[in-house]
Amino acid sequence: MQLIIRLWLIVLLTVAVGCDGNGGDTGESGSPVRLTGAGATFPKPLYEKWAAQYARMHPNVVINYQGIGSGGGIKQITEKTVDFGATDSPMTDSQLQKAEGELLHIPMVLGAVVPVYNLPQVKRPLVFSGPVLADLFLGKITRWNDAALVTLNPDAGLPDRPITIVHRSDGSGTTFIFTDYLSKVSPAWESGPGRGTTVNWPVGRGAKGNDGVAADVKQNEGSLGYVELIYAANNNIAYGSVVNAAGKAVRASADSVSAAASLKDIPEDLRVSITNAPGDSAYPISGLTWILLYQQQADAAKGKALVDFLWWATHEGQAMAAPLHYAPIPAALLPHIEAKLRSVTSGGKPLVSQ
Amino acid sequence: MEAVISKFESADQRTAPQRTGVTVRAREGRLYHGLLTAAALVAPAILVLFVGVLVYGAWPSIRAFGLSFLTSSVWEPHPEREQYGALPFIVGTLISAVLALCLAAPFGIAVATFLNEVLTSRWRSAARFLIEVLATIPSVVYGLWGIFVLAPWVSNTLQPVLARSLGFLPIFGPPYEPRNMFCAVLILAIMVLPIIVSISLEAIRAVPASYREAALGLGATRWEMIRVAVWPACGSAFAGGCILALGRALGETMAVTMVIGNGRRISPSLFAASDTVASTIANQFAEAPSDLFTAALIEMALLLFLVTLAVNVLARWIIRPSLPGAGGRS
Repeated sequence: MQLIIRLWLIVLLTVAVGCDGNGGDTGESGSPVRLTGAGATFPKPLYEKWAAQYARMHPNVVINYQGIGSGGGIKQITEKTVDFGATDSPMTDSQLQKAEGELLHIPMVLGAVVPVYNLPQVKRPLVFSGPVLADLFLGKITRWNDAALVTLNPDAGLPDRPITIVHRSDGSGTTFIFTDYLSKVSPAWESGPGRGTTVNWPVGRGAKGNDGVAADVKQNEGSLGYVELIYAANNNIAYGSVVNAAGKAVRASADSVSAAASLKDIPEDLRVSITNAPGDSAYPISGLTWILLYQQQADAAKGKALVDFLWWATHEGQAMAAPLHYAPIPAALLPHIEAKLRSVTSGGKPLVSQ
Repeated sequence: MEAVISKFESADQRTAPQRTGVTVRAREGRLYHGLLTAAALVAPAILVLFVGVLVYGAWPSIRAFGLSFLTSSVWEPHPEREQYGALPFIVGTLISAVLALCLAAPFGIAVATFLNEVLTSRWRSAARFLIEVLATIPSVVYGLWGIFVLAPWVSNTLQPVLARSLGFLPIFGPPYEPRNMFCAVLILAIMVLPIIVSISLEAIRAVPASYREAALGLGATRWEMIRVAVWPACGSAFAGGCILALGRALGETMAVTMVIGNGRRISPSLFAASDTVASTIANQFAEAPSDLFTAALIEMALLLFLVTLAVNVLARWIIRPSLPGAGGRS
């Protein structure tokens, strides 16, 4: 009995001392500014690299990012349990109304969603079109040698075997970009499953996460799925080109994705969809990923560190995007981002250093 | 509890002649009483709290869909026409768990019988240890094995054979997905096997030697002895073990999620991608797009909780008569 009581005391003391230690180093003046963010998993590798690089240049700023998913990021910034959120699908109007205060969407980087398939006998990348992709995921096209696919790929030697569809089993910004595109190019898709981070899939099986879909497609011959470009590239899975709005078959790359975001009219709140973008070189299934922050920052020191970090990430930081298979923000978008960052205030004073 | 206290007090009076010693020890006894009571109340309180929180969280969904939640198979997260029905997941959960039990139960009872009646005690403990190790493997490891070994074997070897020979039966008919209900059933059967073997083995060991001697004395062969004297005495334990295994299979999440294919449809075919309540919650909860969606998932959790609770209560009720001390129910 005494032993148990002693163990209890040891545990209690350890916890108490531990808490005290944490409380101590944030309370001092001139101590490091800790920024916490949470949200989308897709940009996580880049955000972590940015955070590490930024900490090297500014040792007093510590940035901690948790990839818990876009939905979680929106929830946490709405409840103000983090300093910034991150999402691949822009917040809806009703979601924005729930937040206490004005939330800003800052585009950070761009990504592409690519159709991935497993057909060992097909050597050259296949070409898909929007309507054909919609029919595939609606279950209207069920075999690889369907006339619609052969018309797009006359010389590919498509085999006579069934297509099995793989989609995400969890909610995802990747799914939002993909279904947003399908809704724009196929009326049947728009009135059917529609767009969303999770939809009512008519056919196929589900796999969790981009890596889950990539692994499933890689393992099972005849499968067709969709993943972020970085996962197709890293896992060495065949991915197809997609015919864009201008009628050209375009393969996803940093250039073709940036081209999709070079829009003429950009909405004031930067919640812009860049799927099915015009332009000969634009890759049609492209998307932005945003960081969410409040326009009025409660804590001036934290707010300033956050705005300076975002300014750096959207300028110098963009050079780190391409090696990780992300596409940098196009020049057309940058003035809009700068204006947004300048509008962030704390106690009525603008925070940005530039 | 009263008996414990009176024992404390009577012991105090006998061994402590001084008055002060008596009051200190009596106070200590009351302290222990209080602590034990509090500790004993915490567990049921957590259970009640649990149900309360689930009902509270599920309330928007219960109010919006009522009983149709149990009978509808529409899972439509589209914001303009949100509607959730859990039927495919409930059916998937029940089918996967019951079929797994149908595979594992005869096999597990046969293994337990073999261990006790055929093997010598040294080999028995070794074999038993190995079977019980199966129960300690984390379910995500089962899932990985399922993805890399079991599912490819099922879809490349077993499924074509079954499709060719028995494909006219809807359960072996199309659609053929590489991750499917069949994989989930097999993996669940392996996972619940140790439970069935352990409980069956304990029951078989508890059968009095006189039963066996009586059967053998009447001229029964060893097989007849097992059939006539051993198994009938264990009936309720076998049933209880199976129901505990069923409870485990109903709630298993990780391994099932990884091999079942996560298709939200009811299909007669075992080779179609299906889904269970637990795997849907695991997949969708973190990224639930709306409050109603979250409430629907919580309602599914409530259903799963109630079903497993009922199954466990049933198992205890069945298994009780044959516990040591209570005697067999033969």
